[in-house]
Amino acid sequence: MNEAAERDNRSIFGFWVYLMTDCVLFASLFATFAVLRNSIFGGPSGSQLFNMHYVLAETLALLTSSFTCGLMFLAVRARDKKRVLMWLAVTFLLGLTFLSLELSEFARLVHDGDSWRRSGFLSGFFTLVGTHGLHISVGLLWMSVMAAQTLRRGLTNNNVRKLTMLSLFWHFLDIIWIFIFTIVYLLGAARL
Amino acid sequence: MNEGKSINLRSYVFGFAASLALTFGAYALAVRHSLTRRWLIAALAVLALTQFMVQLVAFLHLGRETRPRWKLLVFGFMVGVVVILVLGSLWIMYNLNYHMSLQQQYQYLNNQGDGI
Repeated sequence: MNEAAERDNRSIFGFWVYLMTDCVLFASLFATFAVLRNSIFGGPSGSQLFNMHYVLAETLALLTSSFTCGLMFLAVRARDKKRVLMWLAVTFLLGLTFLSLELSEFARLVHDGDSWRRSGFLSGFFTLVGTHGLHISVGLLWMSVMAAQTLRRGLTNNNVRKLTMLSLFWHFLDIIWIFIFTIVYLLGAARL
Repeated sequence: MNEGKSINLRSYVFGFAASLALTFGAYALAVRHSLTRRWLIAALAVLALTQFMVQLVAFLHLGRETRPRWKLLVFGFMVGVVVILVLGSLWIMYNLNYHMSLQQQYQYLNNQGDGI
């Protein structure tokens, strides 16, 4: 392996370490949410608030975007610029769908007076799901930057390295969502 | 750290199909209320952890790297920290609620107020 590839592998490993520490951040938010889950302070509980069809649509959009992100990564490995750009665009649109669904859910809750100020449960909910949404927004921003970079400079070694990290980041966010979907929404809807 | 040729379309398609099936399964279980509370929690936990592992292997290619497996090592350490953090928080807070009834909490808060 030549020196440049060695260096790229090292920085991808560094990014992996960042993702693992981000998992710890999410774990602390999950723990906060789990502790505050029943502290609804006379307000609405999860089963009264969540629209499950909506949440399923969000989940499917994000899961499919994780898959198309994998297809983008395969295209990167095949050094096929056209396919990279196409799958990047598809992933971006699906991610944007997810984010807009989530934001409209937040807007509905706040409009109905069920914001983070309503109860401990809702504070935990907005912090956990909002932090995930913030990561998604950063991912979307990163995707648009990478699309512009790939268009201008092509699949240079630098861009290949960054696209690899981007795909790791995006898969990681979908993995976090598995737990949000299960713990926050499914267990919440089942009135446990 | 070079994963080599094990990354291919098949692994992504498998990951996607399995994740879809697990998601729909968990959704159906939770929405239909067909299980008792304890079984539902157990079933949802198993489905979520299965999907977690499917995506780790199929999408993040964990465990596919050549030795030394630094990625796997850091991952294992993260899992340890997460388990201690989450289970520890739940355990402590459960104990706190168990040892202190609501009335005791009010009394405690009132006494605190008098002291000032």
